[in-house]
Amino acid sequence: MIEIQNIHKQFGTQTVLNNISATFEEGQTSLIIGQSGAGKTVLLKCIVGLLDPEKGKVLYDGRNALTFNKKERHLLRREMGMLFQSAALFDSMSVLENVMFPLDMFSTKTYNERLKRARFCLERVNLLDAQDKSPEELSGGMQKRAAIARAIALEPRYLFCDEPNSGLDPKTSLIIDELIHGITKEYNITTIVNTHDMNSVMNIGDHILFLAGGEISWEGNKDDILHTDNKLLNDFLFSSEILRRVAGEK
Amino acid sequence: MFIAKSIKTFGSYLLLMRRVFARPESGRIFMRQTMREIFQLGIDSIPIVLLISFFIGAVICIQMKLNIENAWMPKFVVGYATREIMLLEFSSSIMCLILAGKVGSNITSEIGTMRVTQQIDALEIMGVNSANFLIMPKVTALIAMIPILVIFSIVAGIVGAYAIGFFTGIMTPDDLTCGLQYEFQQWYIWCSIIKAIFFAYIITSVASFYGYTVEGGSIEVGKASTDSVVSCSALILFADIVLTQLLMQ
Ligand SMILES: Nc1ncnc2c1ncn2[C@@H]1O[C@H](COP(=O)(O)OP(=O)(O)OP(=O)(O)O)[C@@H](O)[C@H]1O
Ligand SMILES: [Mg+2]
Repeated sequence: MIEIQNIHKQFGTQTVLNNISATFEEGQTSLIIGQSGAGKTVLLKCIVGLLDPEKGKVLYDGRNALTFNKKERHLLRREMGMLFQSAALFDSMSVLENVMFPLDMFSTKTYNERLKRARFCLERVNLLDAQDKSPEELSGGMQKRAAIARAIALEPRYLFCDEPNSGLDPKTSLIIDELIHGITKEYNITTIVNTHDMNSVMNIGDHILFLAGGEISWEGNKDDILHTDNKLLNDFLFSSEILRRVAGEK
Repeated sequence: MFIAKSIKTFGSYLLLMRRVFARPESGRIFMRQTMREIFQLGIDSIPIVLLISFFIGAVICIQMKLNIENAWMPKFVVGYATREIMLLEFSSSIMCLILAGKVGSNITSEIGTMRVTQQIDALEIMGVNSANFLIMPKVTALIAMIPILVIFSIVAGIVGAYAIGFFTGIMTPDDLTCGLQYEFQQWYIWCSIIKAIFFAYIITSVASFYGYTVEGGSIEVGKASTDSVVSCSALILFADIVLTQLLMQ
């Protein structure tokens, strides 16, 4: 379980996050939605510790990660997996080596066991055929899947995904969503996903936070989201004519 | 303003170096990376070092022959001067300036690209000390390879000098040999190697620093690699003065 309390983050005079508090439960896919520039990436980076907020706490199972020393931070990070907006595969290594990398680095298992685990993760994202290719030979969706395989290689307890399906077609998006959701349920991990993809919201939104104006403007799940009277959220959701019409019919 | 900025840059360089010189998380991966860098930074540089040293050796020999030699000078002066120039300056300082261009820009653009494509963030999220993982193998590899490059450069320069004597007949190999051996001091070779080791450290650590601290996109990476080559060269020249003063007394 991850809890954030009163997170405040600003760049110069621009306040990006203002007093944000939320709880993310195990075995649940939590989605952070919001317009481009709303601060989703900044919030995720504050949670994983790539940025330090000016104020507030980030509690991992009750322990404040912001006060961790370097050693404790490293140990915590070994329990995290993260999928970046740009996949961020290591381009000097093949797909298999990418997935092997965290295992080689931290696992005490033998080479064969590590290889088996890496193959299993690639199998899970359906990429075993591409294991010897290098990242630039993969399509965008395949890169994302390879990055997911790398993120789950060490059996993380926390999974973070920054816009896992930006720039992908609806079908591939769906595959990636299901994958993330499936892994979350299967291994009972705490998953936080940034997205502005409405399909994902309706598919896997166990717990949804809507970020606007630096604050959490709405919180709920996919069943409530179409029946809200929050004006900002409605504007965000039904920005297109078609969606508005579909919602009208319901 | 400029001074304040320089001090700040130097401070962040030192902070980065503190993270670089830590115990690697996995000895196995450190060895693997170091081997990779030995090939990429060291072995791959051998052709250009040989090529340039060969021609510079030849050209120095011609220049000495044309400009220094006259009736009052002994014949071996050409070989002697060629040897001293190669040993004392070319094979350490000038060769490292060339390497700053080749290796330095390579390192900065590689690490800079990893920074802007979030690969460094990905390493950090895994709990890897990215500075140590990326930079230490490069520093170790080039420092390990540089004595070999220096020796290769010296040998190629001397071969170049012989080649010019042989092909143009401006002097006999015996005169050249005599000059090359005249009052030879082994210490000069050690000087060359010691200087080059310092330069290798400057090239790898400064170039890595420029790459590691890139912010932005591909334009900034390009700019950082230019800056890195300029800084490495300036620092090498400055260090050359200090080291020469210290070593040659
Ligand atoms: N390193 C930074 N320095 C200064 N400002 C920043 C920095 N990172 C983000 N910002 C600002 O913070 C705000 C939120 O950015 P963020 O990247 O979190 O948006 P986002 O919600 O992830 O958008 P998108 O959906 O487009 O990815 C933006 O206005 C941006 O200009
Ligand atoms: Mg973003």
